[in-house]
Amino acid sequence: MLNIRLYLAQRISAMIMVPFVITHIAVMIYAIQGGLSAAEILGRTQGSVFWFLFYGMFVAAVSVHAAIGVRVIVSETTGLRGSALSLLSGASFLLFLFLGARAVMAVTVSA
Amino acid sequence: MSEQQEYLDVSVWRGDASSGDYQSFRVPEYASQTILDVVSWIQQNADPTLTYRFACRVGMCGSCAMMVNGSPRWTCRTHVKKVAGKDRKLKIAPLRNLPVIKDLAADMAPFFDKWVKAGGRHAPSATRNDPIPQIKPESAGRDAANAGIECINCSVCYAACDTVTGNPDYLGPAALQRAWTIVNDEKHGNRDAVIEIVSAAGGCHNCHSMGSCTLHCPNDLDPMSAIAGLKRLTARNFFKRGA
Ligand code: FES
Repeated sequence: MLNIRLYLAQRISAMIMVPFVITHIAVMIYAIQGGLSAAEILGRTQGSVFWFLFYGMFVAAVSVHAAIGVRVIVSETTGLRGSALSLLSGASFLLFLFLGARAVMAVTVSA
Repeated sequence: MSEQQEYLDVSVWRGDASSGDYQSFRVPEYASQTILDVVSWIQQNADPTLTYRFACRVGMCGSCAMMVNGSPRWTCRTHVKKVAGKDRKLKIAPLRNLPVIKDLAADMAPFFDKWVKAGGRHAPSATRNDPIPQIKPESAGRDAANAGIECINCSVCYAACDTVTGNPDYLGPAALQRAWTIVNDEKHGNRDAVIEIVSAAGGCHNCHSMGSCTLHCPNDLDPMSAIAGLKRLTARNFFKRGA
């Protein structure tokens, strides 16, 4: 069910996620200290190329990582294998990417 | 003056591949009694139709493994004292993760098939006319190969592994440990093919490092670390070859 390519894709996407997760949480905690409102936060992130690239790459890594995770869990719990399994992991990758991309657009592209 | 005879309360799985149930037996307890002794006592004194498997009785052939109180064990070297609680209860079943032939005899064929599939057969790298290659006993590769060679193919690790349960294509700890032995064996003629096999679907990358194999191995081998070694080696090779 996992070959070396999927295994490495999951490990590497996890490594990519580490600094993103830490920065994401740290900035979140820092940003609300002074009582920033949602509008004020959006004012800083919208139109920012940095935050667009930051969350864009974050979402791409999450989509790869989570889709492979779903693949393993579904296969081991339901016994799904073969092309149906690959179809499912491909579809979950696209779904995560789509949902994530929508959020990134809303937060970083100026309205 | 004789001590009062104590009895064990033993439930033994009876049946075949399609159906079955536990059957209870009262077995006299003796000093230094093994689980295999208990099963043999039942077969010789209570029910001669009980089917089970053993050969050497000294922990060398790997044919006697069964589930004992929920854990896979080599029954010829498992003392009743070690596994039966104060209530003297034993529950004995055929090995997990394998089809049942009858009663306590599991069908080992899938286990051995995967051993072969993982490239477990020796492939020579020289003929009898070539000089014997010198392998330094203290070399790192020889050390890694030595770590797994005492495997007796009892399938205890295979029965212990939850990844095998969830993924029937997974080669399992014993076959992958054998593969790790081979890729570290300088005298093996086809090490690249073995690396290829363990990198494919069903190979070492499916292992979740849960460690049940290492925990239950009766010979104190460490298949989990062998599989970790395969993961590292295959990852390094992958980037080296740029595949
Ligand atoms: S009978 Fe040979 S290992 Fe137990």
